Order: sequence, then C-alpha cells, then structure tokens
Amino acid sequence: MLTFMASDSEEEVCDERTSLMSAESPMPRSCQEGRQGLENGEGAAQWRGQESEEDHEEDPDRYVCSGVPGRPPGLEEELTLKYGAKHVIMLFVPVTLCMIVVVATIKSVRFYTEKNGQLIYTPFTEDTSSVGQRFLNSVLNTLIMISVIVIMTIFLVVLYKYRCYKFIHGWLIMSSLMLLFLFTYIYLGEVLKTYNVAMDYPTLLLTVWNFGAVGMVCIHWKGPLVLQQAYLIMISALMALVFIKYLPEWSAWVILGAISVYDLVAVLCPKGPLRMLVETAQERNEPIFPALIYSSAMVWTVGMAKLDPSSQGALQLPYDPEMEDSYDSLGEPSYPEVFEPPLPGYPGEELEEEEERGVKLGLGDFIFYSVLVGKAAATGSGDWNTTLACFVAILIGLCLTLLLLAVFKKALPALPISITFGLIFYFSTDNLVRPFMDTLASHQLCI
Amino acid sequence: MTAAVFFGCAFVAFGPALALYIFTIATEPLRIIFLIIGAFFWLVSLLLSSFIWFMAATLTDNKDEPRQRDLLIFGVLISVLIQEMFRFAYYKLLKKSSEGLKSINPVSGLGFGIMSGVFSFVNTLSDSLGPGTVGIHGDPPQFFLNSAFMTLVIILLHMFWGIVFFDGCEKKKWYTLLVVLLTHLLVSALTFISPYSGLNLVLAYIILVLTGIWAFFVSGGSCRSLKLCLLCQDKDSLLFNQRSR
Repeated sequence: MLTFMASDSEEEVCDERTSLMSAESPMPRSCQEGRQGLENGEGAAQWRGQESEEDHEEDPDRYVCSGVPGRPPGLEEELTLKYGAKHVIMLFVPVTLCMIVVVATIKSVRFYTEKNGQLIYTPFTEDTSSVGQRFLNSVLNTLIMISVIVIMTIFLVVLYKYRCYKFIHGWLIMSSLMLLFLFTYIYLGEVLKTYNVAMDYPTLLLTVWNFGAVGMVCIHWKGPLVLQQAYLIMISALMALVFIKYLPEWSAWVILGAISVYDLVAVLCPKGPLRMLVETAQERNEPIFPALIYSSAMVWTVGMAKLDPSSQGALQLPYDPEMEDSYDSLGEPSYPEVFEPPLPGYPGEELEEEEERGVKLGLGDFIFYSVLVGKAAATGSGDWNTTLACFVAILIGLCLTLLLLAVFKKALPALPISITFGLIFYFSTDNLVRPFMDTLASHQLCI
Repeated sequence: MTAAVFFGCAFVAFGPALALYIFTIATEPLRIIFLIIGAFFWLVSLLLSSFIWFMAATLTDNKDEPRQRDLLIFGVLISVLIQEMFRFAYYKLLKKSSEGLKSINPVSGLGFGIMSGVFSFVNTLSDSLGPGTVGIHGDPPQFFLNSAFMTLVIILLHMFWGIVFFDGCEKKKWYTLLVVLLTHLLVSALTFISPYSGLNLVLAYIILVLTGIWAFFVSGGSCRSLKLCLLCQDKDSLLFNQRSR
C-alpha cells in the first residue's frame, strides 16, 4: 500500500492538520503532505487524507506562498518531476538490493532450492500424477494460505481497533526475534556449508547474537536510518527465501497472483481490512503502527529556524517496521506506503527548512517481489534472461504504481501492477523468449 | 573458462556502458527511470518478436535445418523491425512526458542497448565461469571474446542510433529513421555470414565509428568543440590563441 508521509517538524506549533500545500501549485502531487502526528518521539504522522483539503482555506499564507511567485510553471513541473523521480529511486534501490540478495543466494546456496517438505499452510502436495490434480492442489493450497493471511490481518485490525497495543507489539517482537535469530542462524549455516568454511560455535554465537541484538534495537527502537533499512532488507530477503524454499512450484505462482488480488481488495474496498486500519489510524492521529514498513525517510532540517526537540527525536526514530511472525501472517502484505515530497520552496519557509519526506513501502511487498524474482531464478533452468526480465518488469510496475500514487494521492496497493507484469514476463520469457534467444545464440546471430 | 575469462569478457562487453551509466545517468534519478523504461520497451519488443517467431515455427512445424535457419533469419529481421518501432513508441512517450528531451537522448539508446547486450550475452558469460574448454570440437577458441566484442558494438550502436533517431524525429527528418533501420538490419545481417571469420566484427565496428561520428555531429558537436575538448582548453583560450596569431 502506498500512502503519503507527512513531515514531522516545524508545523507542530500550528495545528496538526496543516501541512497541505496549496492546490494551486501546478503539480498537485507536490502539494500533498500527510497529517501530522503528535506522538512523542514517534515523529511525523504519515497519513494524508483527501479530507485535509479544507486546510487550504484555513491557511491563507500557505495558500499564497505555495506557488512561489516568479517561478515559471514549467520549472515547477520539472522540479516536481525530479522530486518524484528521486523518490522512485529511493524505492528502486532497496527493492533491487533485496532481489540481488535473494537471487545471489538462490544461485549459490543449494539449500534454498531443495525440496524439503512444505509449510503447514500448503498441505497439499504437488507430486501428483496428473496435471489437473496438481493444479487443483495448488489452488487449494492458495486458498488455505490466503485465508490464513486474511484471518491474520483481520485479527490484527481488530486488535488495533480495540487498542490492544501491548499484544500487537509483543507479537511483532516475537516474530522479529525469530527472523533475526533463528532464520539468520540457518542462513549462515547454509552459506558456510556451501563455501565449506568452518566456524566454531563461540564465534557463531557471538556473530548471531550481535547481528540479532543490533537488529532488534534498530528496528524496534532507535538507530541509524541506514542500518535500519539494511536490516529490513535482510529480513525481507530471509523471509522471501523461506517462501521460495517451502512453497511448491505451482502453488507459489498461484499464491502470488491471489495475493495481488487480495491486496487490491484489502486496500481499496471500503470494508477492506487494510483500509480500515489506515482509517482508524487516521482517526486517532497515530502513525499506523509501524510494522512491516520500510521507510526511506530522509528527514533533514538544514538551518532550521526553530529547533524542535520532538522533531529531532523523530529524526532518529525510524518507523519501526517489524516483521510479523512469518508463519502466522504476512501482516500487511502490501503495505507500501509512499510518501510524497513537497516541492522545494515549501510555502512560507525558507528553502533551508525543507524536509525531505521519504517514501515508505511495506515489507510484504519487498518479500513478494523477491519471491517472484527468486522463483524465476530458481526454476528458470539456469537462465538469467528470465530473472532479468522479471526484475525489469517489477521495477516498471513499481514506477507505474508510484505514478498512480501521485495522481490519486491516497493509499494504494503496490503489489498488483508489479506482480502482474512480473508474472506475464516470467511466463512469456520462459516459454517464448528463451527458445528464441537460445536458438539465436547457438547460431551466433545477433538481433 | 576461468574467472579471468569471465571478468575480462564482462568488462569488455559492459565496461563502456557501465562507465556511461556511472558518469551520466547515475547522478540523475529521472534518467535512471528513463533507462529502465527504455529497457522495458526493448524487452516488450523482444517478447513480441519471439512470439511471432514462435508462431511461425510451430505453424510450419518443419524440422529440417535449412528451413529452421530461414525461419530464424525471418525472426531476426522481424525483431529488428519491431525494435525500431518500439524505439519510435518510446520517443513518443518521452515526448509526452518531458520537455527536456535533449538531455536524455543518450539514455534512451543506452537503455535499449544495455538490455539487448545483457540478454544476448549474460547466459554465455555465466557459462564461461564454469569448467570447460572452448573449441574442443573444432570451434574457434575465441568464442567468448568474439561474443563480448559483438555485445559491446551492439550496445554502443544502440546508443548512437537512439541519439540519431530521436534527433530525426524531433526535426521531422524521416529519412533518418529509415537509415537507422537499414543500418540495424545491416548489422544483424552481417552476423549471418560465418561468425568464425571475424569479418562481421570488423564491419560492425566500421559501422559503429560512422554512426558515432554522425551522432556526434547531430547532437551539436563540431570539429572545434572536439579540439577544445581534446586540448583541455576552454573557448576563450582557443579564441585568444587564434587572435594572437
């Protein structure tokens, strides 16, 4: 799900519903900022709503200042395009990194491509004699998996609605503990086995302990943003590897398709669980509890006129994206929230006080993108073309989704477009392009 | 068939493209996006042409070698045509979305070129890392190096074609598009002659140099600016030298 993120910052002095730039700016996307949260230390609130448009009238200064006088409209447009491009790249980089980690692991460590049983969420086997039976089994697996996810999400929404924050936090901490310690230990073990490197237990204990402890601190508490982002990428990659290993072939593809549909429904339908979550958080003016969210928030204030201690605190606190228990639920599978940056020349402030709003993407999206590319790498019969085609397709899907976000300016699902493109390109490249390119290569022809 | 061959061929084929990426594209996020969009367009064109080839192959369903080769040649020619069509479509998209087209001219061609080069070479490259001996059955042992150079020439050619093509579209010189198409067909057709002779490589490089010169003049270069660049002087000093003579 893609949404906007507001900046924490100088506006906390004003009422919390400000921070909307005037609509008269030629590029509407530049005008949008989210609401502001006033959580101590939680920093900015993230949710922008369409309803904040009435703020325009309340704030004549902003209204007037937003279109900076003397700046030609073409320049504004170009600046906004550049700003938007920067935020697209801020998402491209982590998604690419996650995919690279997953593909590199798949291609080198054999453990993740061996079949060693299945998850209990996909109980039907695919070792059947007939194609029809196999297809039926994969559809049943998908139904079970998706229902588990739906139930978990609804459970989460219910917990959130009834303010059982402790329970949610405890759940999230348990799942990130498992990811950071257990899965890392297994991963490290397999990598060491592949490269035939010996490591004694004390060293292993020290390494895993340090890695896991720093990860927990960075993700759930405070830490440098880059470190937190790196940990999120790593846990998404670990999760994706688990899925690639334990989901049977056809089930994986059907699940990918089904989860995109679920994402679409959950985020856009009025009664969808994710949408209700967003709206509840907005009503309470809280940041959507920071689970499973990768944030590239570069919030910086240069030469700021009034230093605000709470916003300083917010600068360091990353959005605690936490991994939900991997087996229980994918949490918000598509919780990508994309935050729109303001134009530089933000109304009323000098240029230096500008804050970069970051972009947020849900970890579930990272995971499923990586699952798609990883599966393409694992099953593409040693073919790199399929992997690359899926990679480009997913990036283009992400780009399109961000474009739609700029147009619609509300929470959007990030999975459907990318996964659709990815699936189309996987199947067509594997079946059509690969024979063509192989035949060309064998005759040494060049197109 | 070692790491040396792998890295050597990888850098031969992709080195210039990587350098171009680092120095001109990586700094501007918008250009990176246009690069990826260009790669996507090339991918779609490849998909379409593979589909057509696949349909033709299954429909004729003839297993003998010459017929297969004819079909392949047909596939290659159709692919070139579709690639140029998609280049035009890409131009239309860029035109609609951005006014500053001049600065992204090389990006478009590079997007096409990188994707094309990667698709044709990366499988060969990954094979070169593994064990084996090239040419054990009488094939030329320089297979990897030949492929690497061919990939390099294709990538650079795509970039030059992109520049020339876009300029032709901007100035409505439609004959330019035709020339680009014909050159592309020529380069692909050159690969039909025996790949073992190296002649096709030399001819491709000659075409590369010619196209490069054309692209240079089209994008506003001139002998004078080249001299300025090579002598590391700025305009004033050159003028000064001339005046003092």
